[in-house]
Amino acid sequence: MSHEIVEKNVGLMAIIIVIVISFGGLAEIVPLYFVKDTTEPVEGLKPYTALQLEGRDIYIREACNACHSQMIRPFRAETERYGHYSVAGEFVYDHPFLWGSKRTGPDLARVGGRYSDEWHRAHLMNPRDVVPESNMPAFHWLADATLDGGDTAAKMKALRAVGVPYTDEDIAGAADAVKGKTEMDALIAYLQNLGTAVSSR
Amino acid sequence: MTTLASYWVIALTLVNIFACYWLIKWTMKVREGESAVGEVTGHAWDGLQEYNNPLPRWWLWLFYFTIVFALVYLVLYPGLGNFKGMLGWSSAGQYMDEVKTADAKYGPIFARFAGTPIPELAKDKQAMEAGRRLFATYCTQCHGSDAGGTTHFPNLTDNDWLYGGTPEKIKETILNGRNGLMPPMGPVLGEQGVEEVAAYVMSLSGREVDPKLAEAGKQKFVSAGCVGCHGMDAKGNQAIGAPNLTDTTWLHGSTARSIKETITKGRKSHMPAHKDFLGEDKVHLLAAYVYSLSHNK
Repeated sequence: MSHEIVEKNVGLMAIIIVIVISFGGLAEIVPLYFVKDTTEPVEGLKPYTALQLEGRDIYIREACNACHSQMIRPFRAETERYGHYSVAGEFVYDHPFLWGSKRTGPDLARVGGRYSDEWHRAHLMNPRDVVPESNMPAFHWLADATLDGGDTAAKMKALRAVGVPYTDEDIAGAADAVKGKTEMDALIAYLQNLGTAVSSR
Repeated sequence: MTTLASYWVIALTLVNIFACYWLIKWTMKVREGESAVGEVTGHAWDGLQEYNNPLPRWWLWLFYFTIVFALVYLVLYPGLGNFKGMLGWSSAGQYMDEVKTADAKYGPIFARFAGTPIPELAKDKQAMEAGRRLFATYCTQCHGSDAGGTTHFPNLTDNDWLYGGTPEKIKETILNGRNGLMPPMGPVLGEQGVEEVAAYVMSLSGREVDPKLAEAGKQKFVSAGCVGCHGMDAKGNQAIGAPNLTDTTWLHGSTARSIKETITKGRKSHMPAHKDFLGEDKVHLLAAYVYSLSHNK
């Protein structure tokens, strides 16, 4: 009978399984493309500058998101410590978003402006210098690595293709904005911008 | 969600739930040519045979239960497109309730703290316990868990103040933040000049230096404009956060090398403003805690 046909034709069974599983995605993922909350940026959200964008790539390269989440959940315990809970519209220019799923270190969704640039510099050089209890690794080599800006424009063009509103001037000036800066400068520029589009309360 | 997307979600969800029920019923139907319940089906894999047994009862009832659960859930909670659910639950609403409950509980305590002058509050045990926790959450990353500071980040326990240690000044510092700027003097002084001024600065706190260097440094200290911020007596100026150079507190390091670096390259210090993030009441309590660190001895 038909049960037997499905059981004896692995290709057919695979197709039917895909159809069954895709129902979840069709109901949970597809409609998000038509919801304003998830597709439109929150007021005041700006695309990353060239330097911030390079900093973000260093953040990804060093796997910061493995230990630091960027997602403040709507619980009072979190908002008291980190600020307003994260909203979907803050992440529309993130490709991919870096919400993370594990907090070995604190959440960084609103770390922008919370500390001084000098603090970040000291902390990245050796976290123990400012937070003796910290178990974060040091990232001192970032201060010695200089960016040449060779790929920056191409990265911004690729992001524009998926909807980040970079202007032609942004892209033309990208290499110059980044050239000669250290990776640490870029990372700090990125961190200081995190979560600043939404006011803390 | 647009109306179309909403209907799409509703249709898919309900079709799925009823399809599950249909699937169970459909597979249970006895068909022609099928072996009787309890007999082997005739399927054989490498000598293994399959019985035509009914689905286990406990499993079947669990399955029905999940279907009923899903339907009840979808009536009570948001899930079917734009339908908000009978309970009117939302994650933002739950968060607001949590905040409201906490405000009702802690609001009066903080209101009492906020209405108490800082020197008095600094002696209040309950207030200082709360202040210590706030400090641990928001301040220790720079000032240390013992508030003892570190290089570039001031010690808050020594009653030596960059911007003033009165209750009002401490509160002002936390509320609005501070921006300290020491301009780079290297280009003005030159290498030799930096040596001389560094020697003079070190002599101010009684350290042993080459008196000739210090004498030359003293003149440059005036002529290069160091006195503009640090004053003729080098005792600093709390209005602009210029440190006192005659004491033994060194914000950016006390070694000859770090003093020379400070003079050559200048320093930038930044205390972030906490007014918007923490609000006036918490800042008041924190100011009292910081005040207590150097006054409750």
